[in-house]
Amino acid sequence: MALACGPVPSIAADLGYPEKEELTFGFIKLTDMAPIAIAYEKGFFEDEGLYVTIQAQANWKVLLDGVIDGRLDGAHMLAGQPLAATMGYGTHADIITPFSMDLNGNGITVSNEIWQQMKKNIPTAANGKPRHPIKADALKPVVDKYRAAGKPFNMGMVFPVSTHNYELRYWLAAGGINPGYYAPAKGDTSGQIQADALLSVTPPPQMPATLEAGTIYGYCVGEPWNQQAVFKGIGVPVVTDYEIWKNNPEKVFGITREFAEKYPNTTIRITRALIRAAIWLDENHNANRPEAVKILSQSNYVGADYEVIANSMTGTFEYEKGDKREVPDFNVFFRHNATYPYYSDAIWYLTQMRRWGQIAEGKSDAWYLALAKKVYRPDIYRAAAKSLIADKLVSADQFPDFKHEDGFRAPQKHFIDGIVYDGHRPNAYIDKFAIGLKSTQTL
Amino acid sequence: MNSSAIEGRKLPAWNLAARVPFAGRNWLDRAMQRAVLPLVGILAFLLLWSAAASNINTSLGQFPGPAAVWEQFGALYQEHRQTRAKAVAFYQRQKIRNAERVAADSDYQPKIRAFTGRETFIDQILTSLVTVLSGFLLAAAAAIPLGIASGLSRALHSAINPIVQLFKPVSPLAWLPLVTMVVSALYTSSDPLLAKSFLNSMITVTLCCLWPMLINTAVGVASIDSDLVNVSRVLRLSPLRHVRKIVLPASIPAIFTGMRLSLGVAWMVLIAAEMLAQSPGLGKFVWDEFQNGSSDSLARIMAAVIVIGTIGFALDRAMLALQKLISWDRDSVTH
Repeated sequence: MALACGPVPSIAADLGYPEKEELTFGFIKLTDMAPIAIAYEKGFFEDEGLYVTIQAQANWKVLLDGVIDGRLDGAHMLAGQPLAATMGYGTHADIITPFSMDLNGNGITVSNEIWQQMKKNIPTAANGKPRHPIKADALKPVVDKYRAAGKPFNMGMVFPVSTHNYELRYWLAAGGINPGYYAPAKGDTSGQIQADALLSVTPPPQMPATLEAGTIYGYCVGEPWNQQAVFKGIGVPVVTDYEIWKNNPEKVFGITREFAEKYPNTTIRITRALIRAAIWLDENHNANRPEAVKILSQSNYVGADYEVIANSMTGTFEYEKGDKREVPDFNVFFRHNATYPYYSDAIWYLTQMRRWGQIAEGKSDAWYLALAKKVYRPDIYRAAAKSLIADKLVSADQFPDFKHEDGFRAPQKHFIDGIVYDGHRPNAYIDKFAIGLKSTQTL
Repeated sequence: MNSSAIEGRKLPAWNLAARVPFAGRNWLDRAMQRAVLPLVGILAFLLLWSAAASNINTSLGQFPGPAAVWEQFGALYQEHRQTRAKAVAFYQRQKIRNAERVAADSDYQPKIRAFTGRETFIDQILTSLVTVLSGFLLAAAAAIPLGIASGLSRALHSAINPIVQLFKPVSPLAWLPLVTMVVSALYTSSDPLLAKSFLNSMITVTLCCLWPMLINTAVGVASIDSDLVNVSRVLRLSPLRHVRKIVLPASIPAIFTGMRLSLGVAWMVLIAAEMLAQSPGLGKFVWDEFQNGSSDSLARIMAAVIVIGTIGFALDRAMLALQKLISWDRDSVTH
């Protein structure tokens, strides 16, 4: 494990030593915390002169509070968390992100019982297996039946401003199931107003157990908790977020703005270490993934069995037991500019917050961009990437063309409902959805 | 708190079996009682456990039997060894890095930073032990003097009794959120000597240790043999000497009863508090393993359970040995 002690990059002159050398980072036990674990285990943090302690946190709220009150210097966060915190939805705090952690990596799983009822509504492909992507249209009759019988149809997601909440809502709404609205102005933060399916929060590691107990009928969560359900035979993953929105941004690395201002060199050095870790995770067509899985299966990181983590980390995904399919991009850590904090990624999350009422009032397009710029900090990323290029640790062609890019990905077409997303025009995008608040509508 | 709390000579209820008289008093019977029967009991338990485990299938795989747990003990020890080796390498790399930096920047004051790797099982055992003992000692330092004072003074006893009676039945875990918030508010230093998590656990332990010690000490002091009190009067001992020479020795058994009860409760509460607050220690180990949900998790949790039980037992025995050492009346020290 121990690397030969590479010299601390010689850029002390232009980058400077870290102002704060001893850091504590928090994470939630999910495979997409990998860049942090790899940066530690492969010595990338130490190469920057950083001595990092990595601590698992009980849930997303505890983790966010830890970063806000300074118990943690930084953490693996849901992309929505820094945005919501800066906006003041929930705890108000200025959190920024210089580094996106990964693309994709989530799935939606339903219980065996629901799967049996859904399955007859799913078209069959030529090989006799269900045709993918499975849409929520197949689930709608089941939900309607439950509602007609007066039974609430409960589903789990991991946090009100989590990717999983928005993905689950996107998928349900694309199939004509209303996942419900938030009305924070009226003090209603349950997100169940006018809902056909009732979504509530369950911590990721407890998802399978909660499903097994019958408290929820399905959930949207990151790995390994979808594959775990298959392994234990308690549920069936029906769709991955890759199929809901191809190459969607997932987690970010969050720090307080105060930290970044107080410790600029440290911030850039953390970003450098994370970029190197992300490159290591993806290089040579995922050649290092088995080693990464071995590290993640240690009890102090994710701690699930090697086989369970490997199932998705190594480019496959098992839906129904035995129905294992190739999803080479299920976990992307660096390809497709995964780590660059694009404003358009931030704006997509904000559009969904508006769509479901977490942002109570209509906002101008300029407001969306301004908030994205406040939280997403490609400037820090660029400084880190350029110094890595100068140190000959990476090559320039691995990054976006910093000279010509404006922080927006090209309009994205690969959504399950075929609606195109252009980050420059958030309000026009919000107005395209059949289910959801329109850009100026309030509850 | 049951009535046996009041009197150190009484046996804990579950220990009644040990008092079943044996017909003969020859050495064979004694050997049977001391060694053979406990062994038979343990063996029977292991067999039962093994048989039961193989019939329980959880979603984390089969419930671990003795063999699986034994194997995990080995694995945990191996992990400890590996982590120690990593720590050594960590310090070596740090030395080299510091030396390089001093060479480049002569003003730099090198400092050695503590190992940032995982806490091993053994580290967590030590953390829990240190926490429970510090919380316990803190409680003893407060409760025993107060108990003596309230045993000597009826007025003081009447004054504090309602408070004691009110807080005694409160589960210390109910205090945990309050303690956490208060510590966060009051303990704000940029370079804290003690971790907040350690303080939270320790204060929670202290809160649950106070009451049994306070009550038992007060009862012990209040019920000192009147002959002894009279002797003190005849000798005209000063109040301090009265306490030192008469009160303390006479109430040692009661004080120790309170201490043993406290320590037992403290150990239980600590594990729960660590689980709840996610502060380092055995409780966190158990919760983390549960969250991991790997196929070894249950066996590792079971290993932790056995360690927790062993330590609880050892703490109780240690208190007993201490009591024997201090007490003037050796015969009053029983199980």
